[in-house]
Amino acid sequence: MSPIVKSKGERFTLPGKYLLLILTCICILLMVLTYGTTVFDVPTSTVAGKILVPFERGISRAGEWLRNRRDELNSVQSLLEENERLKEQIARLTEENTILTQERYELIDMQNLLELSETYYSYNKVGARIIAKDPGNWYDSFIIDKGTDDGLALDMNVIAGGGLIGRITKIGPNWARVTSIISDGMNVSGQVVSSDLTLIVSGDLEMADKGLLSFSQLTDPDGAVIKGDKVVTSNISDKYLPGLLIGYIDTVTNDANNLTKSGTITCATDFDYLETVLVITDMKNNDYE
Amino acid sequence: MIQRILVAISIPFFFLLQSCVFTYLKLGDIVPNFMVLIACIYGFFYGEKTGAICGFFCGLLIDIFFSPMLGLNALIIMLIAYINGGFSDLFYAEDIRLPLILITLSDVSYGLMYYIIVFLLRGRLGIGYYMLNVIFPEVFYTLLVSLVIYPILLAIDTFFKNYRIRKEREKQDV
Repeated sequence: MSPIVKSKGERFTLPGKYLLLILTCICILLMVLTYGTTVFDVPTSTVAGKILVPFERGISRAGEWLRNRRDELNSVQSLLEENERLKEQIARLTEENTILTQERYELIDMQNLLELSETYYSYNKVGARIIAKDPGNWYDSFIIDKGTDDGLALDMNVIAGGGLIGRITKIGPNWARVTSIISDGMNVSGQVVSSDLTLIVSGDLEMADKGLLSFSQLTDPDGAVIKGDKVVTSNISDKYLPGLLIGYIDTVTNDANNLTKSGTITCATDFDYLETVLVITDMKNNDYE
Repeated sequence: MIQRILVAISIPFFFLLQSCVFTYLKLGDIVPNFMVLIACIYGFFYGEKTGAICGFFCGLLIDIFFSPMLGLNALIIMLIAYINGGFSDLFYAEDIRLPLILITLSDVSYGLMYYIIVFLLRGRLGIGYYMLNVIFPEVFYTLLVSLVIYPILLAIDTFFKNYRIRKEREKQDV
């Protein structure tokens, strides 16, 4: 007799094996259904947003507090050194800034001459707090405290500290998940500012630990790209807005085919110490269709 | 009943602890894996069925917020918790070695399965790197945390077991 047939007077119990089978089937079904589609995104993210996000908001404050206390224990010596370094940086930046301001006036003059009043890359931005981070150690994504209710939408670009962080890959009414560009498997089409050459920037778990991104498919026969060159998002990217800073070229190596080059890029932002981010509410397809 | 509710509440509690608090307390860029830890412990305490259900919901929580698709973590953690449930016959409150060994094996197998499904199938072959920099540090940190959490969960469990025994005795006396 099958163990799940209910006999008279006996309490109905489902054997563990059958329960496991049923749950496994549910899991596989869910994976197949959600791999390419977003059928369950709205209900699951709404429920999760209602129940868990309020807690996440509160608790992440506690986490931040704990980390700040830990950081306070860092020796004064390292802070002094940092201060010294930052002062040097300020001096350098001030000098750079003066030159840039001069150039800016020149640019405005030129633009006025050409009747190009529009400045290119000034996007509308919304600030958001990070309230939870991916608990796993494999990916690098985090949850922010704003969602569709605040006017955000899927695929919006996220920046912090002047550099590109990633884009929104899942969204609920009051939360959104941002997958960062350093996550393994994320690709961004980039462009070297000095030479306008395009390349593909991809996240890699091995590199992310060192604060690096890898790049490939750079066609640069003349060797124009050198260490320290600025890399921004390119015009041809379909999800990312053009002109957002990704990082700086670190190493360049020739590929085996001798046609393309690949190498590493130093990230513009420190992904470990993010607390608030800016979400760009302009979207690529809205602007360029 | 109260015990079941406690178990149900503890799952989101540990999820929040992992994703909101411990991401700020990283050791060498690694966060301990609470979800595998408690699914494993509950399987060990309460047997295969409860373990499988707990594991399923633990994984589903991670999936909803962080995974590219639903069901992946749910499946892996559920299987791990189910297998741990098979050892519940060997459960003795005094013995801490067996649960620690089980937690270690569980976390290693979670890491390996996740690596195979998500990374190896995309052609990332550097298993040595992932072992040394993700799986082993995670196991180590998880073990460290479980030294604190296991006694607490054990104490709660023992409390309820004693409570039930006392209740039954009272019934018999009446």
